[in-house]
Amino acid sequence: MRQFITAYTLIDGFKCMVNGRLLFYQENILTFADFIKALYKQEQVNYPKFYKMDALGKLGFIASELLLRNKDFKLYPPELTGVVLSNSSSSLDTDIAHYETIRDREHYFPSPSVFVYTLPNIVIGEICIRNGIKGENAFLVSESFNSELIAGYVTDLFSRELVKGCLCGWIEVLGNRCEAFLAWVENQADVAETKPGMFNPVPFDAEHLKLLKNQNDR
Amino acid sequence: MGHLTQISMRQTYIINDNIITSLGFTTRENIESIRANVIGIRTTDDPLLYPRPVPLSLIDSETLEKRFNALCEQRKRPVAPDSFTRLEKLLITSMQEVVQEGGFNPYHPKTLLILSTTKGNIDLLEERYKARFNHKRLFLWELARVVQNFFGFINTPVIISNACISGVLALIISSRYIQSGLYDDVVVAGGDIVSEFVIAGFQSFQALSPDPCKPFDQNRTGLSLGEAAGTIHLSAKEPVGPSPKIILAGGATTNDANHISGPSRTGQELSLAMDRALQQAAIEASSLDYIAAHGTATAYNDEMEAKAIGLSKAEQVPVASQKGYWGHTLGAAGIIESVVAVASMRNNQLYRSAGFETQGVTVPLNILTEHRDAEVDHVLKSASGFGGCNAAVVFNKI
Repeated sequence: MRQFITAYTLIDGFKCMVNGRLLFYQENILTFADFIKALYKQEQVNYPKFYKMDALGKLGFIASELLLRNKDFKLYPPELTGVVLSNSSSSLDTDIAHYETIRDREHYFPSPSVFVYTLPNIVIGEICIRNGIKGENAFLVSESFNSELIAGYVTDLFSRELVKGCLCGWIEVLGNRCEAFLAWVENQADVAETKPGMFNPVPFDAEHLKLLKNQNDR
Repeated sequence: MGHLTQISMRQTYIINDNIITSLGFTTRENIESIRANVIGIRTTDDPLLYPRPVPLSLIDSETLEKRFNALCEQRKRPVAPDSFTRLEKLLITSMQEVVQEGGFNPYHPKTLLILSTTKGNIDLLEERYKARFNHKRLFLWELARVVQNFFGFINTPVIISNACISGVLALIISSRYIQSGLYDDVVVAGGDIVSEFVIAGFQSFQALSPDPCKPFDQNRTGLSLGEAAGTIHLSAKEPVGPSPKIILAGGATTNDANHISGPSRTGQELSLAMDRALQQAAIEASSLDYIAAHGTATAYNDEMEAKAIGLSKAEQVPVASQKGYWGHTLGAAGIIESVVAVASMRNNQLYRSAGFETQGVTVPLNILTEHRDAEVDHVLKSASGFGGCNAAVVFNKI
């Protein structure tokens, strides 16, 4: 059975696209914090836990929310739904924030609410909590988005019948530089049952992942 | 299920391994220390690590330097030992013998290095290292590149950073790669150092025990931190010789979808990972000879793990956590604890769960209170971590 990408989110340079359509762009935004807050407000996401998350968590949460809220993905059992994410800087953005709380022994105030985010896979946890996803999950680190690594990993999960639907891609934040690319992948047979939508599914492979992620670079 | 039968024809053999911890610099040294009941967790007063004394399991720096310097000198093209970070030295020293004697070429296109770490070179955030190392070394792919280049691996390493299941997940991925035919030889190396960064973080959670940790014990008061590096060579090629072969026969991950820093209330999700690993390995829980538990000695982890073992109907199976010897070694934990499990299978010996005295979980487990000889043919290794992640692998003797 072949897999298809049936929805995707792309966030780059404070611009947000869902399934190829521009959803959000404001020229005057200069910081990640302003961008993510404005996007959250515009899309009327209501999830108080959002405010507790670190930058990586917020970015991954919003990117997944924009994609999954339009899907019938809950039709798949939670145990057969997976999340496989990757990035370049792991949790370095929050690592630096945690280190700032202990750098000076005179002003030593480490906090569990910061420290817990010094792991890149916490964003997977946030997405799983929000959507009740309980299947395979993995966080991989690579210098730049490795479409072959992700396509290979996720295709293998499908071939082992460990997942029927899988969220995968790239979630990267460091300072004000952010980039997100999330794809929702499911089996061909299931795609045929989904209602006609605005996005025409594309085959799930390394080539299509790369094409979708890099479409703004052309 | 046609795919499953096809791919299961290729086995994942465990060929060779190494552990570096406070207990020793080889697998043999570590097993001997465990058999002699040596506890590597000691109260440490080092202001560079923490303002107050704290129990830690630390690797002897002098021995590490000596061994690493010797490795650097042996090379055809010499390298300066002080151009490597502490974690890089640990990983390379741990990998050296495994790579050297593995009977494979690191530069073969079907050979892969998988690196497992939670925090990598996180100590480089400290002022004292700023002048010595480029900040780029904080990126895990740069750490991986340094290790890759030391041995000349041709493929870009795959890097797993998935909290405390990283090591077990790296093993699962390696067996999937070998089964699918993508690679023939995979070297899984994992490591994490004890740093100011992690001590402060776990201390802020009030997760650190004032005494060496006591997994599954009634009086457990939290975890102890440790540093370690571990390496396992897995291969599609069946080892020669009469001794029994050990294969990685199954593995799976799940997520609690419950809380980012607290485990599942029921243990159902870890149990599902265990069930899936057992199913792939084609054995029943009742056939297990040993469970190498995660057993961090926090109140919540051990309780959840006991519930999961109960749900998977494995509560009669002998269980131990190695963390009573060398603490929680984060990204190395799944690897070095699997190495002990494999040693149990090779030696037909089970090792006691250090620190355990009185049953302290609501699902009573068969915790090993002394070392003993036993036929060990089937072993399950489990792991859980922040972010709600769970993982389990099964090793079979064939």
